[in-house]
Amino acid sequence: MSAPILSVRDLGKRFGSLIAARDITVSVPAQQTVGVIGSNGAGKTTFINMITGHLRPTKGTIHFEERDITGMPSRRITGMGISRSFQVAQIFPSLTVFDNICAAAAIGRAPKTFMGHVRTPLRSRESIAEAETLLELFEIARYRNRLAATLPQGVRKLLDIGMAVAGSPRLLLLDEPTSGVSIEEKFNLMQVVMSALRNRKITVLFVEHDMEIVERFAERVLAFYDGTVIADGTPTATLADARVQALISGPKVKGAVAHV
Amino acid sequence: MAHGGRIAASSALLAAAAAAFVLPDWIISLATIAFANGLVVLGLIVMWRAGLVSFGQAMYYCIGAYAVALIGRWTGVTDAVALVLIGGACAGLVSFVVGFLLARYREIFFAMLSLAFSMILYGVLVKTESLGSTDGFSVIVPTFLGYAPHQEKLLVALYWLVLAVCAIAALLVDMYLRSLAGALAIPVRDNEIRVEFLGMSVSRLIHTKLVISGLLGGMGGALAALAVGHVDPNMSYWTTSGEFVFITILAGAGSVGSAFVGSLVFESVRSFAFAMLPQLWQMLLGSVLLLTILFLPQGLGSLIVRLGWRRNAGAP
Amino acid sequence: MLTAFAILIDGLVYAAYLFIVAIGLTLIFGVMKILNVAHGSFYTFGAYGAATAVGIYFDRGLPDAGGFLLMVLFAMILGLALGLILERGVMRLVYGRDEVVMVLVTYAAFLILEDVVILVWGPGSYATYQPLLAAGNMEVGELILSNYDLGLIVVAALLAAASYWALKFTRYGMLLTAVIFDRETAAAFGINVRVVYTVTFVIGAMLGALGGAIMAPKIAVTLGIGVEVIVLAFAVVAIGGMGSIEGALVGALIVGICRAAAVHLVPQVELFVIYGVMALVLMIRPYGLFVRAQPRKI
Repeated sequence: MSAPILSVRDLGKRFGSLIAARDITVSVPAQQTVGVIGSNGAGKTTFINMITGHLRPTKGTIHFEERDITGMPSRRITGMGISRSFQVAQIFPSLTVFDNICAAAAIGRAPKTFMGHVRTPLRSRESIAEAETLLELFEIARYRNRLAATLPQGVRKLLDIGMAVAGSPRLLLLDEPTSGVSIEEKFNLMQVVMSALRNRKITVLFVEHDMEIVERFAERVLAFYDGTVIADGTPTATLADARVQALISGPKVKGAVAHV
Repeated sequence: MAHGGRIAASSALLAAAAAAFVLPDWIISLATIAFANGLVVLGLIVMWRAGLVSFGQAMYYCIGAYAVALIGRWTGVTDAVALVLIGGACAGLVSFVVGFLLARYREIFFAMLSLAFSMILYGVLVKTESLGSTDGFSVIVPTFLGYAPHQEKLLVALYWLVLAVCAIAALLVDMYLRSLAGALAIPVRDNEIRVEFLGMSVSRLIHTKLVISGLLGGMGGALAALAVGHVDPNMSYWTTSGEFVFITILAGAGSVGSAFVGSLVFESVRSFAFAMLPQLWQMLLGSVLLLTILFLPQGLGSLIVRLGWRRNAGAP
Repeated sequence: MLTAFAILIDGLVYAAYLFIVAIGLTLIFGVMKILNVAHGSFYTFGAYGAATAVGIYFDRGLPDAGGFLLMVLFAMILGLALGLILERGVMRLVYGRDEVVMVLVTYAAFLILEDVVILVWGPGSYATYQPLLAAGNMEVGELILSNYDLGLIVVAALLAAASYWALKFTRYGMLLTAVIFDRETAAAFGINVRVVYTVTFVIGAMLGALGGAIMAPKIAVTLGIGVEVIVLAFAVVAIGGMGSIEGALVGALIVGICRAAAVHLVPQVELFVIYGVMALVLMIRPYGLFVRAQPRKI
């Protein structure tokens, strides 16, 4: 049994007298798919921001692949193999889909030397090849020449996630990957994303509000409430947990919603 | 530049150089100033692609010019090439230092802070008696690697020097724009937060662009000082910066060449307007700017070059 | 002690001039988010208009008060006309474009208008000192103060009070505040933003012209007066915060007093001081002293 890819111990964050996160201890083995649930303000985003280096924890440690990354600046953490996608897709509207991914791939590959980013071209053979592969993997190849500004929401989210993957991360944090996407498209989108990530052997933590998506795609669920983890287990177990039902998901109602 | 583009550019360069033998003096003078200014505009284009417009670029122009004038006067250096390099270096140094601060600003705040700095320089120069105050002072006659030409030969020598500097600068900037750092200008302009999240330091990218434009601005000013033979604080005034921005709009950010074409067009229109309608040249210039903004938002450059994703590099 | 008093008076006079000129600019920026370079043209037209008025009226044995009134009237009419023409004719064509593009459009307008001045009034300069003389002087201890200058301070103070009252207590003022704060939401509430834009621009133009008219007796009314005013007004607005009237007042006072102190004590840094303060404020509080940073809207 190899070491966990992500190991968080007693993690906490306070803003003055406001405690946004406390006593979070989680260990994630490589290539696991973890769903993160909880109502707004429960600490999910704080948790993610601390892992990606955008917030400095006030307590506890974070270890990635056994290296201590607590408090490291975000650019360094990205360089080490942790990447994220966004609730509102952050793409480059003026560029085509292909160029979006190519840019992400090129940045991921840019040598970290002093003037490395000046000496490498944008459209190198490697970044072009990576872009082609990702376009296929995320099934958005037919949009390759469209300006990103004109894309429908589902494709934007796929592009956003594809760009996060272009840097070859080993840990990926998805912030509400299906938000803003119509019900008909949600499952399909997650299907594509999950198979792409499995293909790349990437460990995933995804924040979701849609419990059916969580049930269907997560191997494990972390439930957040009031800044800490109140349940941690398989989707079935966690969603059946009385506290989770009371505070987050509400009781499970049989046959109330049609499955796609 | 694509292969065909390289051939076209080289031919244009040779033609321009050869033209010195047949063109009248006043056109050679005009072209010299136009191309010197074109260097400053090239710097502005590098920044504009990343979404930044400086209303104070004249500061580097002025620094380069005064550096040349002062060094020519105080030390024995008269070599034009050395002077231009020193002028550029001085401006580049200032832009490097100022860049630590300026690289943190965007949009209108960037514009206003750069304006403020250039006006500070103006204020300092105007009140400095030893530098001639508002009158400025004259620049020594340059020599060229030992050779000391007179009159028409001096004119042609300066012209060729300007062409050479512009050609080298154009080549280097083109190489920069093709690199990752240069090409990332548009992603930075579109969504710099994403660029940052992908792992690239945006402030470092922008700082680099500021230094590049500072160097170019300084060299442009140095060449202008040698060509005109005089420097004064007006070179740092906001109206000078305004002119450079004007030319940038006229030229469009589409390609490196458009900086020089745009500058030539501007200089020609201005001289023409001044000669024909001495009381209405500003009106003419203003109308040209307005019409360009309304009907040709990508500038003249868009009429000339249409390559790949550079098409999207146009109006901010 | 005398120097301190002189600095204070000079500072207040200069601040009054800056405030009157800057208030129109900050209003237009606050509401329309445009840094209006053509504001210098409003100022210029106001000054030339005042020169014409003075030329017509004074030295005819008519009561002086009428002369002041005529100056102001001419300026306001010119401001009104110019503002309307510019807003309806030019600005309307570029709404929605990038902020920097809008600034450049106003710059183009400024260039055009500079030559319109030549067309209308010719290239010569006008002396409009009569109102200044007519107002006379006042002796305070060893200092001789110009009544006109003191009048400037009063006008600026009245203007500040009037605009404060107008913004807070009139219906139009509240509409304006709403649009300044959040244009989209204001529009969603049914406020006719287009009309607000036009009215604001015209008011800004009239205020700019008023500034020019009031200053005309103190300066030589000649070509190029607008050029320096623009960048000074920018400095004041940047310091106080774009869109804030209180900011324009405080910014004007800061710049005015600093400049007066420089002129009396260390003349070499006079120009440096103004733009130095502007740079300092932009570095510490880029939105100005009185405007809160806008949160990024994703």
